[in-house]
Amino acid sequence: MALLDQRARDEISKLFEELTEPVRLAFYTRRASPLVVPGQQEASQSCEDERQLLTEIVELSDKLLLKVHDVKEEPKAASEAGIDKVPALVLEGPIEAGAVRFFGLPSGYEFSTLIVDIVDVSNGNVLLSEKTRTELAELSEPVHIQVFVTPT
Amino acid sequence: MAMASDKVTADIVEATDFPELSTRYSVRAVPKIVINDRVEFTGVQPEPRFLAEIKRALEASPT
Repeated sequence: MALLDQRARDEISKLFEELTEPVRLAFYTRRASPLVVPGQQEASQSCEDERQLLTEIVELSDKLLLKVHDVKEEPKAASEAGIDKVPALVLEGPIEAGAVRFFGLPSGYEFSTLIVDIVDVSNGNVLLSEKTRTELAELSEPVHIQVFVTPT
Repeated sequence: MAMASDKVTADIVEATDFPELSTRYSVRAVPKIVINDRVEFTGVQPEPRFLAEIKRALEASPT
């Protein structure tokens, strides 16, 4: 059963008409174990749900590509991307920029954030003041921003 | 901000999917923002304030 209904597909397709450059959605997941491991059932279900969701999203534009990495089968790829938990999604666009990553299934309001971020990464949109942009461009040390959210 | 600098990594973390992280960072209200594991605050902030918090996190980093 599809996760996105037709109305959602139509709305997202319309937004994706604004895409100018290709975006690669690098999805890091872990194949579900046949064993029942306490505490890991939710993460496994989130991985499966997100994989299906992303598959449906990239079908809506030929400028989007989904690349799935299993962290157990590709530990080096996960390590190089700094992925320490799954499910994880990294948006890779045309511009040399910092990383935009989603950890956990983006649902509710965060789903809208994901769609908008895909468009922004494709188009290189930066909605910051000139002053902020200048100061960020002058950073000499890494900055790791984590924003904790909940499904709403 | 990640789009404006290749030094910035911006993570959106679903707290309910990672309860151990939520506990580690005492996530009781969202959005909760953590910068370089050194500065924490809750709620959407104006851009200048957010930038100030980034600077504070960098000043607090060990040299």
